[in-house]
Amino acid sequence: MSEFAADVLTAPIVKPKSSRDDWTMRAFMGVIGLYLIVALALPLYTMLVKSLEDHDGAFIGVVNYIEYFATPSLTYSINNSLYIAVITTIITVTLAFTFAYALTRSCIPFKGLFKSIIMIPILVPSLLPGIALVYLFGNQGMIKGLLMGNSIYGPIGIIIAEVFFTLPHAIIIIITSLSIADSRLYEAAISLRASKLRIFFTVTIPGCRYGLISAAFVVFTLAITDFGAPKVIGGDFNVLATDIYKQVIGQQNFQMGAVVSVVLLIPAILAFVVDRIVQRKQVALLSSRAVALEPSPKRSFDLIMLGYVLLVSFFLIGMLAVCQYAALIKFYPYNLSLGLHNYQFDLMDGGGWDAYYNSIKMALYTAFFGTIIVFSGAYLVEKGRGFNRGRALFQFLAMMPMAVPGLVLGLAYIFFFNHPDNPFGFIYHTMIILVVSTITHFYTVSHLTAATALKQMDREFEAVAASLKQPFYKTFLRVTVPVCLPAILDISIYLFVNAMTTVSAVIFLYGPDTALASVAVLNMDDAGDIAPAAAMGMMIFYTAAGVRALHYFMSRGLEKRSQAWRMR
Amino acid sequence: MGEGQQAQGKPYLRISSLTKMFGPFTALKDVTLEIQEGEFVCFLGPSGCGKTTLLRAIAGLDIQTTGKVEQAGVDISALPPTERDFGIVFQSYALFPNMSVAKNVAYGLENRKTTKAAIRKRVEELLELVGLPEQGDKYPAQLSGGQQQRIALARAIAVSPGLLLLDEPLSALDAKVRVHLRHEVKELQRRLGITTVMVTHDQEEALTMADRIVVMDQGKIEQIGTPLEIYREPRTSFVADFIGTMNFVAGTICGPGAVQLGQLVLTCGTDGLAVGTTVTIAVRPEDIVIQGVSSGHENAYEARVRGLEFLGSFVRADLVSDATGDALLRADISINLMRHQSIADGDSVLVSLPSERIRIYPGTVSRE
Repeated sequence: MSEFAADVLTAPIVKPKSSRDDWTMRAFMGVIGLYLIVALALPLYTMLVKSLEDHDGAFIGVVNYIEYFATPSLTYSINNSLYIAVITTIITVTLAFTFAYALTRSCIPFKGLFKSIIMIPILVPSLLPGIALVYLFGNQGMIKGLLMGNSIYGPIGIIIAEVFFTLPHAIIIIITSLSIADSRLYEAAISLRASKLRIFFTVTIPGCRYGLISAAFVVFTLAITDFGAPKVIGGDFNVLATDIYKQVIGQQNFQMGAVVSVVLLIPAILAFVVDRIVQRKQVALLSSRAVALEPSPKRSFDLIMLGYVLLVSFFLIGMLAVCQYAALIKFYPYNLSLGLHNYQFDLMDGGGWDAYYNSIKMALYTAFFGTIIVFSGAYLVEKGRGFNRGRALFQFLAMMPMAVPGLVLGLAYIFFFNHPDNPFGFIYHTMIILVVSTITHFYTVSHLTAATALKQMDREFEAVAASLKQPFYKTFLRVTVPVCLPAILDISIYLFVNAMTTVSAVIFLYGPDTALASVAVLNMDDAGDIAPAAAMGMMIFYTAAGVRALHYFMSRGLEKRSQAWRMR
Repeated sequence: MGEGQQAQGKPYLRISSLTKMFGPFTALKDVTLEIQEGEFVCFLGPSGCGKTTLLRAIAGLDIQTTGKVEQAGVDISALPPTERDFGIVFQSYALFPNMSVAKNVAYGLENRKTTKAAIRKRVEELLELVGLPEQGDKYPAQLSGGQQQRIALARAIAVSPGLLLLDEPLSALDAKVRVHLRHEVKELQRRLGITTVMVTHDQEEALTMADRIVVMDQGKIEQIGTPLEIYREPRTSFVADFIGTMNFVAGTICGPGAVQLGQLVLTCGTDGLAVGTTVTIAVRPEDIVIQGVSSGHENAYEARVRGLEFLGSFVRADLVSDATGDALLRADISINLMRHQSIADGDSVLVSLPSERIRIYPGTVSRE
């Protein structure tokens, strides 16, 4: 064989000639790659550099970090953040597992309805549960007595709000991992006379362990990076996310903001890396030959599960109902008559109704351009020819936003786009920067959705098209896009909803003319106008829910229209 | 290049010293091959032998590391697939699911300055040709696997390519459909006279369809020849083992044209191997003669039946003998013969190994 290798070296290596099609494809790859470099890599790099500079921009090494770690009031937030994230993770994963178990392994009725109800938190800004908690347990709260003298402002409030906020994410992941169970494993266990408890610990738990681990890391990341809940209900309890906000908005200390951002990046990246490794293993568990497990009715078990599911649903709907009630009350707790008084947003600071319209505009732009960018990017990564190293780099960049907290991304954008020498500086304080930051912030999940859909397509479509001498973009437009349309709709709806509800990345980036609804919620709450804040939050909810419903009917229509060729 | 080469003018496809590396792994090692115009050639080998890699190199889908590919006298070694002249059919059919059958077939005909009417006419012709007229408005998912593969074939030949590449086209189909489609594909190829390369791991497919078979193993060509040559005169023990069923027993050369098996000396061609060389003696089960053997026959010896395996139209008998030492030979006995001679487990029978049916390979072959 070694003799042979020598032979190879002497023969001239064939340099593949590139067709015009190849060049077109490379141009597209270049453009999309450039997008992620400008919108993600360079801003993050700039922020890293900023954390090593003094106020005047001179390089001072790790001096800022030394100062940070020498300030107990700042480092205390690290403990607080970890504490909140860990407790939230434990509570959420426990609740989510039981909920997912009820939906997959019991025979309770209305499973579809319950699946929709758990989506509620995704449709509201993370500020909203905080506002609901203020009304329920605040100083003049409706059921304040339940706290037995403890204050809701602080860890208790933050954790309840975070559980509300993270629950759907965990439930979705765990439902997926529970529904890939192979019923034959259970039949084998039963035939071996294993007890129910033993089956649960030797079959059920191992079967969904990757789902549980993955859910835990996702919840941990969401909780440690969330800014909305601690901002509204945190009181004096500082966490890393609120510290960044305070350093930048309150004290205009951008360098220290950058330092805290880097500190916050570390646990987020660690959690993200572990999650990716675990997810890869989960995929390997999927066996196409598995026989789906059909739960059989067990009266008492089903009743207990139904009770539990109702309780969780009540918690989720209840939080929302409290907000809606608060939004309609004239002046809590003194005048409980109902009216639309709090919807006169133009009378308050925060952006008024324009903020709401801006949000819708921003969400539409994000959904439209974001879907095009994300789907094209995923297509080029999955189906592109050549440029292998570039494609691997792109894949890496596409996964990164998941690990970057919104506030960190927003701050990085200030540093990068507000720099006087940046040719893209003109987008600062405009709608464009809001759209770009939001697309980038939510890039990873959209990318994974697109990549999954693309992976399910026949690998040879491109080869066939090439043999028929048709350009790749024709096949892309006429085959790939129509076949992936359900995934494309999913991506656009995901981007739209998140653009409506996000606060963290855009809080640093909106301008005088581009205030957003979610930002208005925060600012009105800050100014003490809690009822209007709740009202605006509910407007976001109704919009997001409406668009979701629209999406549902569009998907149904699409399914019907493409039924002829999608059937198996 | 040896037997089976039809030495008629210039070859249509000429592959010289092709090597393909994937990182440190060598998928193709110095492959040289010529294919004549109108020929149906099968690349046959176990999975991972490089047959698909070779096909993809010919198509330009995965261009070789070194070496040359010439088609119709033109060096196409470095050309991208869009600039080559071939049609291709994959195991997965790769039909565009959202397009009707007619649109699929017409896909390659577009952008060629052809009128819509002409395209429609051509599509009808092609559907007729593959035996699926009137199916143009259906979607691929509404057709059976065999029908889908025929549509894929129609799409590939629509643009009248000079070369048709088939990548395991029948492997995803049910056994019966597969056998049926074998004949259809072969018939179509003969009628169109299109040079065709098919990759398969199914020897029966290769034996029935190909004009010539290229047997490959571990990135190298083991043998090129007509199906009969490959079956009758496998050049290497790999080919002998891979194609059909073969008895392998260890022996030693004991003279020119003589090989020792246990205490038995067999007459057979020894290919000029030196006396004392350890060899593997190979003989096919159906070539072992049991009927009407007398002790005067060439290479005759008495064997004992140590087990019979019923396989439908024939019975496979395990034959042992003190004379052959440890060696076990399996012989196929037709059901007809079984009735005539009533051979039972434990019987002694006189068998003979015809010398022209014995193949000798130097070295030992490790199996199972």
